[in-house]
Amino acid sequence: MRHVISVLIENEAGALSRVSGLFSARGYNIESLTVAPTEDVSLSRMTIISTGSDDIIEQITKQLNKLIEVVKVVDLSEAAHVERELMLIKVRATGKDREELKRVADIFRGRIIDVTDSTYVIELTGNTSKLDSFVGAIDASLILETVRTGVCGIGRGDRILRL
Amino acid sequence: MLLTGAEIVVRCLAEEKVEYVFGYPGGAVLYLYDELFKQDAVRHVLVRHEQAALHAADAYSRSTDRVGVALVTSGPGVTNAITGIATAYMDSIPMVIISGQVPTAAIGQDAFQECDTVGITRPCVKHNFLVKDAKDIASTIKKAFYIAKTGRPGPVLVDIPKDITIAKAEYEYPKSVTMRSYNPIIKGHQGQIKKAVQLLLEAKRPMIYAGGGVILSDCSEQLTKLVRTLGAPCTNTLMGLGAYPATDKQFVGMLGMHGNYEANMAMQYCDVLIAVGARFDDRVIGNPADFARIARKIIHIDIDPSSISKRVKVDVPIVGNLPDVLDDILRLLDGSADRPDPEALGEWWKQIEEWRRRDCLKYKQSDEIIKPQFVIEKLWEVTKGDAFVTSDVGQHQMWAAQYYKFDKPRRWLNSGGLGTMGVGIPYGIGVQLAHPGSPVAVVTGEGSVQMNIQELSTCKQYRIPLKICSLNNRYLGMVRQWQEIIHGNRYSESYMDSLPDFPKLAEAYGHIGMRIEKPGDVEGALREAFKRKNDLVFLDFQVDQTENVYPMVMGGKGLTDMILSSEDL
Repeated sequence: MRHVISVLIENEAGALSRVSGLFSARGYNIESLTVAPTEDVSLSRMTIISTGSDDIIEQITKQLNKLIEVVKVVDLSEAAHVERELMLIKVRATGKDREELKRVADIFRGRIIDVTDSTYVIELTGNTSKLDSFVGAIDASLILETVRTGVCGIGRGDRILRL
Repeated sequence: MLLTGAEIVVRCLAEEKVEYVFGYPGGAVLYLYDELFKQDAVRHVLVRHEQAALHAADAYSRSTDRVGVALVTSGPGVTNAITGIATAYMDSIPMVIISGQVPTAAIGQDAFQECDTVGITRPCVKHNFLVKDAKDIASTIKKAFYIAKTGRPGPVLVDIPKDITIAKAEYEYPKSVTMRSYNPIIKGHQGQIKKAVQLLLEAKRPMIYAGGGVILSDCSEQLTKLVRTLGAPCTNTLMGLGAYPATDKQFVGMLGMHGNYEANMAMQYCDVLIAVGARFDDRVIGNPADFARIARKIIHIDIDPSSISKRVKVDVPIVGNLPDVLDDILRLLDGSADRPDPEALGEWWKQIEEWRRRDCLKYKQSDEIIKPQFVIEKLWEVTKGDAFVTSDVGQHQMWAAQYYKFDKPRRWLNSGGLGTMGVGIPYGIGVQLAHPGSPVAVVTGEGSVQMNIQELSTCKQYRIPLKICSLNNRYLGMVRQWQEIIHGNRYSESYMDSLPDFPKLAEAYGHIGMRIEKPGDVEGALREAFKRKNDLVFLDFQVDQTENVYPMVMGGKGLTDMILSSEDL
């Protein structure tokens, strides 16, 4: 099962390596990991996408909680939540492809944020499957480069993760 | 008060009432050593290899309820210390390690004696710090001691660059610590505790399984009271020996891979199991699928939530500090007129006595050749069961655990989790300094003892009168045993050729050496050794080369699938 785990952690040097080291040391899966400071700069928030049986996910959350710098851990996927990921994709845009790429980007509510006479950089946000679909919808031979942030997630409504 | 970083470190250690620092000097810690030189509140013990400093500090902690402290230099000082840190980490021993680091400006420059200490130690410490400003030293050391001894204890490392030990800062030792990210749970969940008591009272075949957590949290008394109140059998893990008195009739022995027959059988066939500060590890319950084959209710008390339902699903998890939780359980039991059904309990004990009659620790005595088990039995007799016993790792460790009946906690020190050969002598050093005047025996073998033999020199310097009992069978015995049983007697690299003359080696270090070759001389030699209260005596027992440790549960097998003697092979 895929899980979205949110972690509030002290914004200290080496905090990220404690988390990533834990996953590699114990053989846990890590599909993506995003991290940045929150509105309170002394805290960072991580979103970790991991897969595993219920037992493994339980161990992951317990082990994360054990890290001295971790303040809070929540498995967002236990209840309603939203996920978003940002992708920047550079495509070869020449001839008839130029118009077609623009059209597909519009359909996916993407934005073209850089244009040259032969390339576009398209910015796209959404959940993982939407980004995957976009990549699938355009001609693979036109893709020059992609970069994705990994997923960040937040609970819906009154579910709030803060101090 | 404006002090240098080095002065601050030493003041902090004194503030924490640190009696001994075990360490080894070097370039990055010269200023710290200079400050140690100028004071006498904190005493320094100079070992001969950093690994031994860690083990000695670890043993100091294991045999008391205090935090062990070690001090090493940067680079190789730290890498030599790693084995000692990992050993303490695996057994949850509270320690603070101060390590020197190259100057801040040199970090990352591949400087002389530089290593990424925080990175290298991260997986084997409870937490670590790199201090980047002298003004942070005091608060960091305060936190280090607090983290080391609270919650599930463990080693905490503080890495201090050389320039920070020279820089000046205002010094004030913090009175308390609060950390928003670290608040260990103390009290257990009252609803869960009620459920646990209910289950225990309804049990027909109750069983108590106690581990190292009982020793670490000093709650043997509560555990003993619980066992007696319930009238149930009790087993201790290798790390828990001494938590419940071994000579008591309700004690069924150690359990696990080399556990007693009756202990393993009772573990498997009980109907309510209460695990107290133990973690169902692979050497204890064998194959978890086989263990789960029989339905039983499990109550698990531990301070570390991640130890619960890790290898075995439990019915009543209780996260909390053991003494607090046991007090709550005992209070409920005291307030209740109910007790487990005496008839069912009687039947259970009848069954256990039947298992006990297998006498799984019996061995064939010989008049010609010394049996290693016999040495431990005599050691127990001669010391009246009241010595501190450290061991190394291997067959001798298991025999010491099986045949020395520990009645008190913190008397038995060994590397249970990491299984580190070479801990024996340095553990002895730590214990003896913590308990001057008490008899300390080091049970070892000719393999393990050579892994830190240089510490005989430290023993000479500090007059540490260990009684080193080496069960010398000229084999890496446990390896040889597995090779005999699993690898068709192909003794690949397990024979110890070209051994030194150990008694002479001991004499070269200024100690007393004895070689004992006949069973009839064992007791006399031990008595003679323990009579020499101020001397270190190295007893080189020439023991049976072919003796194996039984009972034995092979790796991956179920707990009750025991080989009881070589005849079962």
